[in-house]
Amino acid sequence: MSVLHIVEVTKTFPGGTNAVDSFSLDVADGELVCLLGPSGSGKSTLLRMVGGFEQPTGGRITIDGEDVTHLPPERRPTGMVFQSHALWTHMNVFKNLAFGLKLRHMPANLIKEKVEAVLELVGLAGYGDRMTTQLSGGQQQRVALARSLVLEPKILLLDEPFASLDQHLRERLREEVRDIQQRLKITTLFVTHGQDEALSMADRIVVMANGKTEQIDRPDVVYRNPQTPFVAGFIGTMNLIEGEVQGGHFVRADFTVPLPIADGPATLAIRPESLDLAASDKPGASVHRVTDYGTHGLVDLDLADGTRLKSMVAHPDLFRAGQGIELLPRAVAAYRNNQQIYRSSP
Amino acid sequence: MTTLALVRPRTDWLGIVFAALLTIAIVGPLLVVGTWAFTEVWRYPNVIPQQFGFRFWGQTLGRPDVWNALMLSLQLTTVVTLLSAAICLPAAYAFARMSFPGRNILFFSFLAGHAFPKFGLLVAIAAIFLQLDLIGTFWGVVLIQLVGTLMFMIWIPVAAFQAVDRRMEEAARDVGASPLRVFWSITLPQAGPTIAAAVLLSFVGTFYETEGAWLIGAPGIRTMPVLMISYINNQMVIQFGAVLSVVLWVPSFIALMFARRVIGGGAFARGFGG
Ligand SMILES: Nc1ncnc2c1ncn2[C@@H]1O[C@H](COP(=O)(O)OP(=O)(O)OP(=O)(O)O)[C@@H](O)[C@H]1O
Ligand SMILES: [Mg+2]
Repeated sequence: MSVLHIVEVTKTFPGGTNAVDSFSLDVADGELVCLLGPSGSGKSTLLRMVGGFEQPTGGRITIDGEDVTHLPPERRPTGMVFQSHALWTHMNVFKNLAFGLKLRHMPANLIKEKVEAVLELVGLAGYGDRMTTQLSGGQQQRVALARSLVLEPKILLLDEPFASLDQHLRERLREEVRDIQQRLKITTLFVTHGQDEALSMADRIVVMANGKTEQIDRPDVVYRNPQTPFVAGFIGTMNLIEGEVQGGHFVRADFTVPLPIADGPATLAIRPESLDLAASDKPGASVHRVTDYGTHGLVDLDLADGTRLKSMVAHPDLFRAGQGIELLPRAVAAYRNNQQIYRSSP
Repeated sequence: MTTLALVRPRTDWLGIVFAALLTIAIVGPLLVVGTWAFTEVWRYPNVIPQQFGFRFWGQTLGRPDVWNALMLSLQLTTVVTLLSAAICLPAAYAFARMSFPGRNILFFSFLAGHAFPKFGLLVAIAAIFLQLDLIGTFWGVVLIQLVGTLMFMIWIPVAAFQAVDRRMEEAARDVGASPLRVFWSITLPQAGPTIAAAVLLSFVGTFYETEGAWLIGAPGIRTMPVLMISYINNQMVIQFGAVLSVVLWVPSFIALMFARRVIGGGAFARGFGG
């Protein structure tokens, strides 16, 4: 039973960079939470503060109620897996895994037992005698994971552990890590800037931008109901259209759609799969390009002022470049002042 | 070093010529000196000596001043190397990993001694040592030779410590190691081979150091190389100097063997961030 509380944590680096800005998050026991955000949004800094490698300039971090904010890494019940795996190249795999146990004065036969068990768990049984440099990238990352797991940390921290691996391997390791995490029911904080990684692994996703939380939700909710225009644009493909609301209609160039909100500027968000098209002589949009992916098609459209939109269609062969098109959005959301102010029922 | 040789599929004529020239330049003089050491009679214009033998070995090694000088040299070199390691390694770690006011100036002041013509510097130091009554004493020579090792013992270890991956150290903290334990179990072994190279270089360099040893040590302290030079300068018999210089090959040969085993190929390159 391990819960992590991050309370209004702030990190301002000596140079003045505000890497993390009053960030709060509660991670429940056994939960896997993904920190997702663009480069430089403060994900690593936040994770490193939980691990004890950076000192917060404000706020509190507690694990199972114990305040760890000012404890050094060696006295925290956390285990960190680094992007660069950071295995100790002068030790073999066994010694890498045994090092932490030896520091805890565990008897040798017990160490051997534990190391063998964890090697089995990550699918590397019998690799104890290998030097870490004689392993493939994926195997190295598995050893790094095992090195943390063997100490049974209360909180597991992973900072883009698969970023340096190729796509195929990344997907396989992602599943393995998720399996292991669920089997051990270990509370986990996972940093990534791959949204498919976050969407496929996480119990909840934290979308970060500029050191702040944009949204914390289940993956499907983050996708279906983004709370800010940033999240809307960051997760998946989204048509984001800046325009004006006048008398209950959103207007951009020749494109209008009913939108029951007060007059003023607004950002309209439509997923490509929620934007239906109909051939039309009415002014609205024109087809720029049609791409046929076999299972579906993608139509690039231009509004009269050149704004580019995308629509996903079942029958791309019905459309031709240059053709006039009427836009029929099925589901829209609208944002004003960085907040969602309208969402059509799905 | 052999590691500098490029592996190429085709015959590298330029490389071969270069290697041959190097071999002649290095091995040639060694060969002549080596030959002299085992020569009893060698008169012009013969290309090879008329008579080989060990007569001069017996004579040279029978001299008590040779043994005294050898013992003194080994003592001096050991003391200087140990002192240098004790002072320089912590300093190098501080330079590599900590930031403190005056760091850069201090770092360059360590290296600055090697930016000026050495002999002038030595004369200036000798003048100071004269006032301190250090001339002709063991510790006077230790001090002057210590200064000579700073370059290797600071610069190379700084590079070695800087080349150690910070994440490796953090990972060790993460599994429960104290900062001291991290240094001992991770940083030092990672930087170890390169630091061993630095220690070795300063040991060998100190053993063969003559300028400081002669200027500060004379007349009371006579190290092996100083003795050899005085033989070559003052004695009509070439063989004394030749035998001594062959004897002096021994430490560098041992050092080379040791270096090959302990340090291995890429250590230097790694130390310099390669
Ligand atoms: N040691 C440091 N000193 C000063 N600024 C830093 C330091 N580490 C990070 N920063 C700054 O803090 C901000 C957040 O960095 P961080 O590494 O947390 O981003 P990130 O979200 O992990 O990005 P990425 O996806 O590229 O890893 C950046 O603007 C970065 O330049
Ligand atoms: Mg990062």
